[in-house]
Amino acid sequence: MTTEAEKTPPDFCVDDLIDDPNTKIIVCCGSGGVGKTTTAAAVGVRAAERGRDVVVLTVDPARRLAQALGLSELDNTPSRVEGVDGELHAMMLDMKRTFDEIVEAHAEPERARQILANPFYQSLSSSLSGTQEYMAMEKLGQLHRSGAWDLIVVDTPPSRSALDFLDAPERMGRFLDGRLIKILMAPAKAGGRFGLKVVTAGFGMFTNAITKVLGGQLLKDVQTFVLAFDTMFGGFRERADQTYRLLQAPGTAFLVIAAPEPDALREASYFVERLAEDEMPLAGMVVNRVHRSDASHLSAVRSQAAAEMLEDRGAHPLAAALLRLHAERMQLTAREARLCESFTSSHPNVPKATVAAMAEDVHDLAGLRCIARELAGELEEPAA
Amino acid sequence: MSARDTDWDGVRLHVVTGKGGTGKTTVAASLALALAAGGRKVLLIEVEGRQGIAQLFDCPPLPYEERKVAVAPDGGDVYALAVDPEEAMLEYLEMFYNLKRAGKALTKLGLIDFATTIAPGLRDVLLTGKASEAVRRRDKRGRFVYDAVVMDAPPTGRIARFLNVNAEVAGLAKMGPIRNHADTVMKVIRSPETAVHFVTLLEEMPVQETLDGITELRNIGLPVGGLVTNMVRPPLLPEEDLARAACDELDVEAIRMGIKAAGIEDRTAEIADALALEGADHARRTALQEREKASLAEAQVPHYELPQLSDGMDLAGLYELAADLRRQGAA
Repeated sequence: MTTEAEKTPPDFCVDDLIDDPNTKIIVCCGSGGVGKTTTAAAVGVRAAERGRDVVVLTVDPARRLAQALGLSELDNTPSRVEGVDGELHAMMLDMKRTFDEIVEAHAEPERARQILANPFYQSLSSSLSGTQEYMAMEKLGQLHRSGAWDLIVVDTPPSRSALDFLDAPERMGRFLDGRLIKILMAPAKAGGRFGLKVVTAGFGMFTNAITKVLGGQLLKDVQTFVLAFDTMFGGFRERADQTYRLLQAPGTAFLVIAAPEPDALREASYFVERLAEDEMPLAGMVVNRVHRSDASHLSAVRSQAAAEMLEDRGAHPLAAALLRLHAERMQLTAREARLCESFTSSHPNVPKATVAAMAEDVHDLAGLRCIARELAGELEEPAA
Repeated sequence: MSARDTDWDGVRLHVVTGKGGTGKTTVAASLALALAAGGRKVLLIEVEGRQGIAQLFDCPPLPYEERKVAVAPDGGDVYALAVDPEEAMLEYLEMFYNLKRAGKALTKLGLIDFATTIAPGLRDVLLTGKASEAVRRRDKRGRFVYDAVVMDAPPTGRIARFLNVNAEVAGLAKMGPIRNHADTVMKVIRSPETAVHFVTLLEEMPVQETLDGITELRNIGLPVGGLVTNMVRPPLLPEEDLARAACDELDVEAIRMGIKAAGIEDRTAEIADALALEGADHARRTALQEREKASLAEAQVPHYELPQLSDGMDLAGLYELAADLRRQGAA
């Protein structure tokens, strides 16, 4: 029985991506909580300092990181980042304002006013599941069309499923497409058009029940919204499709971000497979929060045994404690390696970079540069 | 049943929230196990369609029904329910509007999805309603079916809105079943029988969100329970060494002598340097944890700590955490 040689994935070097003038868009995806925003910001800083004219679109940055990037104002347009040796702009996505801007751009002033004031629209534009993803895509499309930057780095919304970024806009586009909304508002017509005579009776009952459940006011709001929104409906689906095509175009690169945890790696796996299905270009995978050691040749077992020996004798307490610490670290490292290996064995060709776990959150430009150096394979980070 | 030494006497609905990635589902499951110990019956509910419970207890995806998933230490049962909002909506329509057959057809057309999308408040009321119904359910002899219900609830960013059902349905029908439903649910949530526990890590963002979440709940008069700090790694170095380590001032030569004394002979200088660096990292991490702990203390909420399990989370780990929670009086 032959054993399979351990497949080592190729190294990912972010500079290859950044220095290629054909790279126009870099999208950072992955499940929430793995450091996407920080990675996107780090890539942005490095790209700017390597001569690209960059804008970073963030979605949900931590307070201090936002401050470091000059993002304390929520104004939905990019502003220049101070302290960077190059051209870096950054912005934080305001989904409601982005939605409002679309309405204002595509409806006549009076109608736009009606829509923006509609209570149903207000809740839809700030909390419809998928709104954030849709608006991130929309903003990406806008930034791209403006032609003002030669590289756009996109942070994606923090969601449980990494695939939401690709799926939610479609879903929302479909919803806003209005067919369903219009069916509800005109059951008789719908029954005829779709040959659903059997269900028409159910429709009547349903709309009665829905009216009782949701209340007349909500339905009135929805109706008003539907009427005012009328011509814009088709546009939403179209725009979502347009941006989707942009993601498939040459010049777009995806970075899948993960951490050495089962959930994050599982999401990364789904995402990698989905990118392949949709023919979207995957540039590489970044695994954040990885533990390493400069004394990796000292195994957990040996280290533990050594600690115990010293403790039994009551000698060298500091060395004993550090040996225990080291044993723990080696166990953690081994566990992380096992988790990453499961991913690698099913995706052996995905270039990979790892970033060391840091004691503190990164919230300044220096920290971002540090991360970027690891993404470029430049700095062999000592024990972190 | 014997009296328990618990901080949450009389609480029957434990709502567990936390930022994504803090281990909320794990803590909820461990809490359920802890509460069930000693012959009790507990229901663990999840409401976000993640099938997180099934994953934790190593079972196939759970259908929309209450199913036993674990036996607690000293006997006791944990049941689980994975609530599907669409099915909950259908159930509701069937119960109040006799829409059985039409309901199924409408589901196929995506109309149930549509209704729950159009009115996210309605969706939330149905989800919290399932929990409140389980809490209030009695058997033929008039005794409560469940001794406690644990809800693996939405994350801290959403929790206040999720639980504030009356506000959520304010824009909906002013009278009728949904209104009554919301009123009943709100009564349970506002009562001393309910507690909302927050799970966090000792890291900047989760702690900030936790503090914000606690404030939000208090502002709307909802019952804040305890704080569970998860994945805590205790300091392994004595105080003085921690301070020196944080400034990279450990005596590397002393470390090297210690290593040699333990029988390690090769590359001792390299190892000593590496250990010093690892010690420094540990010290900085510990300092961060202490700072975040101090921030959390401002919330003035009963506090529990769960360790990071070095081999990762599995079923055995759940039982370990459950025992830990009991020892600390969380259940």
